[in-house]
Formats: sequence, C-alpha cells, structure tokens
Amino acid sequence: MNTSENLSTRRAPENDPQEDGQRYSQSALTPPVDVTEDSAGITLHADLPGVSNDKLRLQVEADTLTIDAEVGLTLPEGLQTSHTEVGVGRFHRSFTLSKELDTDKITAQLANGVLTLRIPKAQHAQPRRISIEVHPS
Amino acid sequence: MYRSLFPRDMFAEMDRLHREMQQAFDLSPTIRGFSRTGFPALNVGSTPEAIEIYAFAPGVDPATLDVQLERGLLTIAGERKGSLGDSDEAAAVHINERFEGAFRRVITLPEDADTDAVQARYRDGILQITVQRQAAAQPRRITVN
Repeated sequence: MNTSENLSTRRAPENDPQEDGQRYSQSALTPPVDVTEDSAGITLHADLPGVSNDKLRLQVEADTLTIDAEVGLTLPEGLQTSHTEVGVGRFHRSFTLSKELDTDKITAQLANGVLTLRIPKAQHAQPRRISIEVHPS
Repeated sequence: MYRSLFPRDMFAEMDRLHREMQQAFDLSPTIRGFSRTGFPALNVGSTPEAIEIYAFAPGVDPATLDVQLERGLLTIAGERKGSLGDSDEAAAVHINERFEGAFRRVITLPEDADTDAVQARYRDGILQITVQRQAAAQPRRITVN
C-alpha cells in the first residue's frame, strides 16, 4: 500500500478559512467491522455505506491502520429530514497492528459499501512445516 | 472457528439506557413507528415533490433486495450473508460487529404519497427510494386578481 501519498494529502488545519467546517467534520461514525485471522493473515470487513473509492482514505502510519471515509450522498435540494438514524456523513476508525503483519502487502477492495482489507503476515511469521528426516537405524 | 470472549454486558447496559432515554424523549410514537436501531439504518426526508428514503444497507446484493409497497406501508426486506462463513475452520474471529442474516423494515408513508410513482436505486451500499407526492398535495401559488 502506498502510504506516502496518503500522508502527503493530509494537511494541517492552520488558519484555514474552512477550519470551522473541518472542525465540524471531525465528528464521525464508527463503522462496524468483522475481523478474522487465519494462518496467513488478517481479514477485515468494514461497513461503509455511501462511500465510493475516491472518498476512502486508508493510512498506515507506524503500526496504526486508519480508515477514514466520507459518504458521497447528494441530497436533493430543499430536502427536509424527518427521521435520521445516520446523522453524520463520515466514518473513522483506527486499529493497532502487530509486528508480524506485513503492511506493505495490504490489499483493499471496496464493493457495495463494504471495505475488505487483507493484511498478510510477514513470511517469517507464517507457520512452517518442518520436515523431519528419519535416519534408518 | 472460535470466538474470542469480550465482556459485553457493559455495552448491553448502555444500549438499554440509550433506549430508555429515547423512549422518554419520544413522547408520542405512532403505533407503526419505527425503532431507531436495526438494519438497514434509515434516513427519511421529504421535498415538496417527493419523499426520499435512504436505507444504509452495505454489502447486499441488489437483486436480493425486496422492496414492497402496500397500502401506504413500504417494506424493505432482504438478507445479508455474513463474511465469516467463507473463512476456514482454523480462522479466529476477533471482532464480529457487522449485521448478518435476514432483515425487514417497514415505513409508514404519508397520506399524499403517490404509490404508483416509486423509484429505487442501489449505489455504494445505499438504497435510495423516491416516492413522488400526489400532484394535488403539492404547494401551489394562487394568483390574486
């Protein structure tokens, strides 16, 4: 995963005319996730409804994986909401990764609002079968 | 497959408290009023021309979604397959928060909904249903002579 590009797009919010807007957008929902682990790595599924590829930002910094996403929903003009269960159009969640995970080989797919991340374990951390040589006595 | 154990009781207690508070604030819930929890989460809004319903249903095959309209009741039903089923036996489940299984949610539409003019689209995990309002119910400007 190319993290340097993601890092460079992150600006410090300093004296920005949009600062208030950014501050408001700091509030975010925590997306529900499923995390499973097998011998070769970890699989993460996250529910990100309304998020398209260009509104999703994945970032690995040191040992922290961060999911940051915005809902790209265009509401019709003059819409008056009468019932709201999803009140914030942003998702944010971060996880601490462990050392044996190979962050350079993370793959990510986004389909129908579900993000699937596969974080493989580094080669040396994967279980190996050690063959035993039997010497005839 | 084994599931790691988490002390869940605290969260259940918080959830109960949350629901109680919700009930205390919602003074006159309708008999068909919907709960604020459940899958898919719903946002409902209206413009002078139409009623817009947004159902947040990620990871659902649009072909399996069942949207029905009957006597002013809109039903959204379907099933979401779990992501854990396809992993092998040796896999450990660390976190399991996502909804899995069959779902059904019912919305009462306002009186002026035109039940013949309904559109449903599914994109990026959001099902958007647009129900037009009947022309007679739309606000009109009356010219004064």
